[in-house]
Amino acid sequence: MGEAIIQFLDTWSPIDIVLIAQNFDRFLLGAWITLKLTGLSLIIGGIISIPLAIIRAGNNPFLNAPVWAFTYLFRGTPLLVQTYLIYYGLGQFEWIRETALWQPVLSQAWYCALIAFSLNTAAYTTELLRGSIITTSKGEIEAAKACGFSNSMRLRRIVLPSAFRRALPAYSNEVIFMLHGSVVASTITIQDLLGVGRWLNGRYYLAYEGFITAAVLYLIIVLLISKGFRIWEKHWLAHLYPQDAVKVKPKKGLASFRV
Amino acid sequence: MDLIIEYQGQLLSGTWVTVKLAVLSLLIAVMFGLLGAWAKLSKNLLAQKTAAGYTTIVRGVPDLVLILLVFFGGQELANQIGSLTGLWDYAEISQFAAGVGTIGVVFGGYMTETFRGAILAIPRGQIEAGVACGMSRFTIFRRIIWPQMVRYALPGFSNNWLVQIKSTALVSVIGLQDVVYNGFVAGRSTRQLFTFMFAVLMIYLVLTAISDAGLRWLDKKYSKGIVRSEDG
Repeated sequence: MGEAIIQFLDTWSPIDIVLIAQNFDRFLLGAWITLKLTGLSLIIGGIISIPLAIIRAGNNPFLNAPVWAFTYLFRGTPLLVQTYLIYYGLGQFEWIRETALWQPVLSQAWYCALIAFSLNTAAYTTELLRGSIITTSKGEIEAAKACGFSNSMRLRRIVLPSAFRRALPAYSNEVIFMLHGSVVASTITIQDLLGVGRWLNGRYYLAYEGFITAAVLYLIIVLLISKGFRIWEKHWLAHLYPQDAVKVKPKKGLASFRV
Repeated sequence: MDLIIEYQGQLLSGTWVTVKLAVLSLLIAVMFGLLGAWAKLSKNLLAQKTAAGYTTIVRGVPDLVLILLVFFGGQELANQIGSLTGLWDYAEISQFAAGVGTIGVVFGGYMTETFRGAILAIPRGQIEAGVACGMSRFTIFRRIIWPQMVRYALPGFSNNWLVQIKSTALVSVIGLQDVVYNGFVAGRSTRQLFTFMFAVLMIYLVLTAISDAGLRWLDKKYSKGIVRSEDG
């Protein structure tokens, strides 16, 4: 039976499905590399972005200007060029090549991609968080002041929790953009999902198989991520939806009423 | 700095290719965006489903994957069709055509969502008023929908365009001699890759700054007579 299916696919399928199936473990490994690179960049970039966003939302010009320049540079230029700058560019300087970091970190494609991606997503996330910090309603801040909260306590207890929630829908876009951006890694020799697709096509001299498989797997990952975020948003932003949209299950035995 | 001046010819010709690529693909993106928005808002179920599938795929798959697929796969497909039908011997898709086509179609998906939202933001009563005044469908589009749609769509459009300019850099991967490719070649031959990649970054910053100014002018033009709330 199995033989017959393989025979059938071999003769009739326009793309070589058997070859894809034989190399599918490589694709899964590539997908894992893509997810790891994207996930680590998002975590590192996210951690960097929180203090930067607080600075950008404040009004200290000496701190604000350099952070603004950083976000402007990284948001105004392509990720591909940023990655090239770090991976190919840093070797131009003798003193960088002589530091202890060169051999284990800065000459490695993996770390260069991680640095470039983290800085890139940090820049976008900073501006996104800044936007949601400055739209915190005045009343909440006044209430915190009236209760005698210190500045840091106000930030920790009032401003940031609600800012994070309001940033969630836009952040899901950033996550997907970062996943899409991670294909740049395949241009600096990393075997991510697209890298595996390019390898397969190069090795067997094919035109479609590797790219189509990679495209389908990327699509599945993106759909899963956006589904996950939708569930997450429903949980964390439940208070912002109109009351009717939140389905309330009437308890048995009690007169059903809308909350 | 001297090196940059020495290689300015390559950098400038690359920049010109990048600008052409971005502008042409923008035109395609706007066309696909309008078409897609029309399909998504139409009553025809087939059109709705097609548009939904289109936006899901082009917004779900990374653009570089699609560029590679169109460039290598499209070539193969064109040749297969040619040999099957006997209409042509050998077809070649240029890097430029593959780049313009793919980026245009991909960002058409983003534009579809932007335009759809903008059309939905126009109060229904205005369109009904147009019908009541005996305007034809085209006149309603030209006099009522278009001027307001542009204003509502402009923020999303600006965003898409700024992302799109940066996406054009990816076409250098298939060997199009744009600003990234030329900068890379110059940097490698002079062993000054940092200098040249930094120059390329600056060129992109200039391009985005110019488009920013242009978009702000458009925004002003289309918001004439609109009073914005203070805390917008």
